[in-house]
Amino acid sequence: MDTQVNKLAFDGGWQYAPAPESTDHVTVDERYGLFIDGEFAEPAGGKYFDTVNPATEERLSQVALATEADVDRAVAAARKAYEGPWSKMKPAERGKYVYRIARILQERAREFAVIESLDGGKPIRESRDVDIPLAAAHFFYYAGWADKLDYAYPGRRARPLGVAGQVIPWNFPLLMAAWKLAPALACGNTVVLKPAETTPLTALKLAEVVRDAGLPPGVVNIVTGAGDTGSAVVSHPGVDKVAFTGSTAVGRMIMKAVAGTGKKYTLELGGKAANVIFADAAIDQAVEGIVNGIFFNQGHVCCAGSRLLVQESVADEVVAKLKDRMATLIVGDPLDKNTDIGAINSQEQLGRIESYLKLGVDEGAEMFQASCPTPDRGYWCRPTIFTGVAQSNRIVQEEIFGPVLAIQTFRTLEEGIAKANNTPYGLSGGVWTDKGAKIFRMTQKVRAGVVWANTFNKFDPTSPFGGYKESGVGREGGLHGLGAYLSLES
Amino acid sequence: MATTNARVPVAKTYKLYIGGKFPRTESGRYYALRDATGQVLANVCRASRKDFREAVVAARKAQPGWAAASAYLRGQVLYRIAEMLEGRREQFVAEMALEGVAKKAAQAEVDAAIDRLIYYAGWADKYQQVFSSVNPVASSHFNFSVLEPTGVVAILAPEASGLLGLVSNVAPCIVGGNACVVLASESLPLNAVSFAEVLHASDVPGGVVNVLTGRRAELAVQFASHMDVNAVVWNDGDNDAEREIQQAAADNIKRVVGRAATDWQKDAAQNPYLIADTMEVKTTWHPVGS
Repeated sequence: MDTQVNKLAFDGGWQYAPAPESTDHVTVDERYGLFIDGEFAEPAGGKYFDTVNPATEERLSQVALATEADVDRAVAAARKAYEGPWSKMKPAERGKYVYRIARILQERAREFAVIESLDGGKPIRESRDVDIPLAAAHFFYYAGWADKLDYAYPGRRARPLGVAGQVIPWNFPLLMAAWKLAPALACGNTVVLKPAETTPLTALKLAEVVRDAGLPPGVVNIVTGAGDTGSAVVSHPGVDKVAFTGSTAVGRMIMKAVAGTGKKYTLELGGKAANVIFADAAIDQAVEGIVNGIFFNQGHVCCAGSRLLVQESVADEVVAKLKDRMATLIVGDPLDKNTDIGAINSQEQLGRIESYLKLGVDEGAEMFQASCPTPDRGYWCRPTIFTGVAQSNRIVQEEIFGPVLAIQTFRTLEEGIAKANNTPYGLSGGVWTDKGAKIFRMTQKVRAGVVWANTFNKFDPTSPFGGYKESGVGREGGLHGLGAYLSLES
Repeated sequence: MATTNARVPVAKTYKLYIGGKFPRTESGRYYALRDATGQVLANVCRASRKDFREAVVAARKAQPGWAAASAYLRGQVLYRIAEMLEGRREQFVAEMALEGVAKKAAQAEVDAAIDRLIYYAGWADKYQQVFSSVNPVASSHFNFSVLEPTGVVAILAPEASGLLGLVSNVAPCIVGGNACVVLASESLPLNAVSFAEVLHASDVPGGVVNVLTGRRAELAVQFASHMDVNAVVWNDGDNDAEREIQQAAADNIKRVVGRAATDWQKDAAQNPYLIADTMEVKTTWHPVGS
């Protein structure tokens, strides 16, 4: 068959002039304390750690390292705020505080977007158009639930749980903070939140927003640090509810740590989503979907379409078009509005991705990388695809969390389903076809919490998100996301 | 030598129920169930880890077909279980009497078990409408969330309610399309085995419900740790039991549903949230355009 395709030449003859987002309106302090009981405070141990711009390897700020003593203070402040003003407040008034957070975030959106890109390496287009607007929308959505909770669960009386301990990852720092805080607060809980150690800045800026919104002291506490700090939050006996987003390995440890304590928990863990392309799909749109599925946010996405399953008869065409499309992707300065793929979040993560690239080659797969230039300093990974992979290969089974796609083929719908479901994960999936009946068959049979049909990587505050199997427990977003922060009484 | 023309009653062998068949335990082990006078009522199978694993295989095999059955059909099958149980009320009451349950309480328990099956039969084509949603996303997409069965569920049935407790856990689990393996009450196992016979006569596909008898202390961790089980439901344990079960369940991030000791006779002991306990929420997106 004819697999000849016209080459895309987005930059042939035309050069993109640099279009950097300005940073002069943004202030980042030299040093941040812990946000406990309504004010920034020194950490008990007196220690700070650097947070680095992964695109330049330069230090942006120093952030307090919270120890057990600090977590203890944060939990005590959260408890006091829960028993004091927050649980006694009229739900409608509580909701108005959450609305205020949404509004202030909207006002300060560009500042947050710039800081998110500086601290985490994601392209400004994504932080500006996805992360920050969605974070604000999340607060706005859940704010309105505060005084309507009894309508969410027929026959039940909804009650808050108490103090929530929340640990979030570095891939969508502010958005994950919003996913955790908004429903917790709207449901009447108080929180202790620990942002990731490589991306603490927008959470600390969010602390300013919480303060400026006038929330009672202690309702939101933000403690920075690494794994030990997270462990102290999760294991603290004063915490009633644990919410975690991160790797399945850590999720497993948390599930064991809270066993026998009576703490409620929700876990948003890893994924290895299959993007399934049928021969009757709109191929050019599907190729855009593949690119968005795996290269969005450098592939640092738990629901990334990191496996491509393409029907055999169009496999050559799809792969050829994908390679052409990859050649047009711009890797580089996250603050440049032309950039498609920003910096890898940290040196550690870059090392992990590179070890998988080597592993893929060692396993016998064929690696193709876009030939784009990358900056001299900073952490970068070119868009990468592997063909000739087997279902049992580790690059097919394990989450890489980088811009790395493993490509397999299938003949029948049943084979496509079987391959899509053949990993321990079940967070998301994609299907591309023009046949409605086939879409519904696929979306019914893919064992995953979110299925995108003829689209990929879409998010919305009203849309429940969360995994089957080893991708986690519970849902965030929408009406279903309320259950994580409520006790339902008959 | 005494002679009599009185008929010698035929005693039942109490066996396991796995994949629509009634095998003895592969282990050959048993425990003697005795009445208050010490008389042996039955040599009850003491199921092994291997029996449990075979039951999981049977459940896994049966689950997709059961989930694919229409809600209308699943509702009728649950209704059929109730019909079959209604016809055998006296047998269940008599077994409970042997186990020391007072006759009036036994009758009340069987009646409640029948009614509970009817209750959940009625939910088969309704829970989805209560728990689903169409989500008003801001972008140009049609987006909806529905419940789907989590898959294979391992159930440690309540100890104090041999029939009603078991039915109250099994019915909400299977009505949404899950398959299950249930460990019967250790001290009140007779009704559980007879209930398996009822299931067998009720158009429930083999493997959708598997019934084991045996030692909870021995099997609880197996139920919680098996890597091809999606959820574990356990009844009337304490914090120590929760710790043990949840730690074992963490290896494949099993859903863990703990149910406190409950008076299963109460109306509050039946509700659709027990169905949702072993269901997953799936959200589907599709663009709206031309």
